[in-house]
Amino acid sequence: MKNMMKSGVAALALTIGANAATAEGELVLYHWFEYMPQELLDKFKAETGITVTMDTYDSNEAMLASLKAGGIGTYDVSVPGDYMVAIMAGEGMLDTIAEGELKNKGNISPDWSDPSFDPGRASSIPYQWGSTSFAVNRDAYDGDIQTTDILFNPPAELQGRINVLDSQGEVMALAAIHMGIPQCSTDREQLKALNAMLQEAKQHWASFNSDTAKEVLVSGDADVGMIYDGFAAKARQEKASVEYAFPTQGYVAWMDSVVLLKDAPNRDSALKFMDFLLEPENIAAVSNFARYNNGLTGTSEFLDPDLLAQPENNPPETAGPGVFIEVCDEQTQAVYDKIWTELKK
Amino acid sequence: MAAGATSGGSATTDTYKEARTWLLLPSWVTLSILVLAPVIMMLIYSFLTKEFRGGVIWEFSLSAYDQFFFDRGLFGDEPPKLEWTYISIFWRSIWQAGVATLLSLAIGFPTAYFIATRSEEMRPVWVFLITIPYWVNLLIRTVSMKFLLRDQGPLNDFLINIGLIDSPLHIVNTNFAVQLGLFYSYLPFMVLPIYAAVERYNFSLSEAAADLYASKLTTLRRVVLPAIKPGVIAGCILVFVPSMGSFLAPDLLGGAKNFMIGSLIEEQFKGNAGNWPFGAAASMILLSMVLIILMFSARQQAKADKAEG
Repeated sequence: MKNMMKSGVAALALTIGANAATAEGELVLYHWFEYMPQELLDKFKAETGITVTMDTYDSNEAMLASLKAGGIGTYDVSVPGDYMVAIMAGEGMLDTIAEGELKNKGNISPDWSDPSFDPGRASSIPYQWGSTSFAVNRDAYDGDIQTTDILFNPPAELQGRINVLDSQGEVMALAAIHMGIPQCSTDREQLKALNAMLQEAKQHWASFNSDTAKEVLVSGDADVGMIYDGFAAKARQEKASVEYAFPTQGYVAWMDSVVLLKDAPNRDSALKFMDFLLEPENIAAVSNFARYNNGLTGTSEFLDPDLLAQPENNPPETAGPGVFIEVCDEQTQAVYDKIWTELKK
Repeated sequence: MAAGATSGGSATTDTYKEARTWLLLPSWVTLSILVLAPVIMMLIYSFLTKEFRGGVIWEFSLSAYDQFFFDRGLFGDEPPKLEWTYISIFWRSIWQAGVATLLSLAIGFPTAYFIATRSEEMRPVWVFLITIPYWVNLLIRTVSMKFLLRDQGPLNDFLINIGLIDSPLHIVNTNFAVQLGLFYSYLPFMVLPIYAAVERYNFSLSEAAADLYASKLTTLRRVVLPAIKPGVIAGCILVFVPSMGSFLAPDLLGGAKNFMIGSLIEEQFKGNAGNWPFGAAASMILLSMVLIILMFSARQQAKADKAEG
């Protein structure tokens, strides 16, 4: 029964998701929304003849869920964030890239060639990295914004004008940074305090939204928005009064990586695609589009000059440390799930 | 109408008797694959053990239902109390859907009555006009609604310009915005069945009531409403049921600040929780509630028919 159902689900997902994708010269990409410029996919097709089919997701967890529900064997590559690479490796969802299979692997910057979430880059290559904190409409508030109080203990002008990401991992990590407690803390008093702090803070929040994080700032629906740095840069281009903050308490750092999925139906195409993204000119095109940093060497000549100078890429002296999201064990995660449900009930 | 169908069909029934099983087969297959199988799968999943980060372990477990009804504190080691979290989420969804249904009824009934009392040539035109906005995808319509209602949107601009208000009304990210969104999403499902019922209504009954000195209100209450009740009930069910499970309007217009049933279930599959059995259990509880409502209204209907007959 179990196997029958599992294979049934997988077969169904396969026929729906990728009926055209098993032939030669295809690649099925599972990617974040609004991140990969279409011109780059066109260029890849022009160079290799491989047609790319792209599905998108709006959170690491949504991607994991869809891969668990039968997406393995359908998709070739996906683009998880740092902690999600570790989770997917633990779930056995990643394929190993043998030495020599990627001819451009040497282009990876030494800073990113041996990250804790994928030692030795066994299954992944660096894609883009950046930070997550929040941006403020300076027309609405001209006080100090370099503090997490803006989100969790906001001044009167900003109360009820705040959008937070609808993503447990990022909210919890930034909340822990705000309180100065370790992520995945198991200390009961700390967890109770975290729960109480969030309940209090929520009264000042207007909405939880990830995919419109930029849009609510630009439209003026919100004056504070928890947001990724590149998204904030795009918001600033559309509305000059939007300023991204690097709180003194610290902020969330992240690195998205391109991973080779287990049972990739087009493994060769996937490797070609990864090699393509390891060329400085190509990865720089993603950075220019999405306004993030990349993890390769030799890309500076291809980057927009203003990208390196943009305020979202240059934390002020006062900025606290950027920290990666940690992966909690099952028992601790259950408590965090409970806190999140309490927050949104 | 029913009698006509039977007498007209009796001659042909025998011809198709043997073929009937085969002719019905496609619908049975479709129904079992698209309706029955997913529901059974969900039922089975709701009694399985949760796997960390999504998925199930094939061991029988009641913990999904236990989680729904019993609260064991933040750390899961306190003595169980009744869990109000999910009950209040369900109650909120019922409340929102209920208000949306009443709004639809308040607007939909006069609209349907208006259309049904137009000339025979004009009725299809009006019905056509009602359906035009619904050619556009629900997501687009919900987003547009947000654009209209937002603080700097046309509605607030208009109200400020005519001097009715000084500062913008905060409508987006409130419960009212959700109710408005649901009402707008499902309004035609209210208008069309009521229209069909009013159109069949014999208006000489109203004249007869007036001849017998019934006031307009009494006529509406004692003559018109009983006659078109099936249409009204059908409309209410068609608006209420999808409203209850909806998560687009709560997410986009309500700011996703509070879970509705739909978003709670979505979170179990797509969010951090990754608790498939619990998502399945919540779906089964929702499904049972809808079934109870449908059965109740069907029984009421049967009673009413019996009383008439």
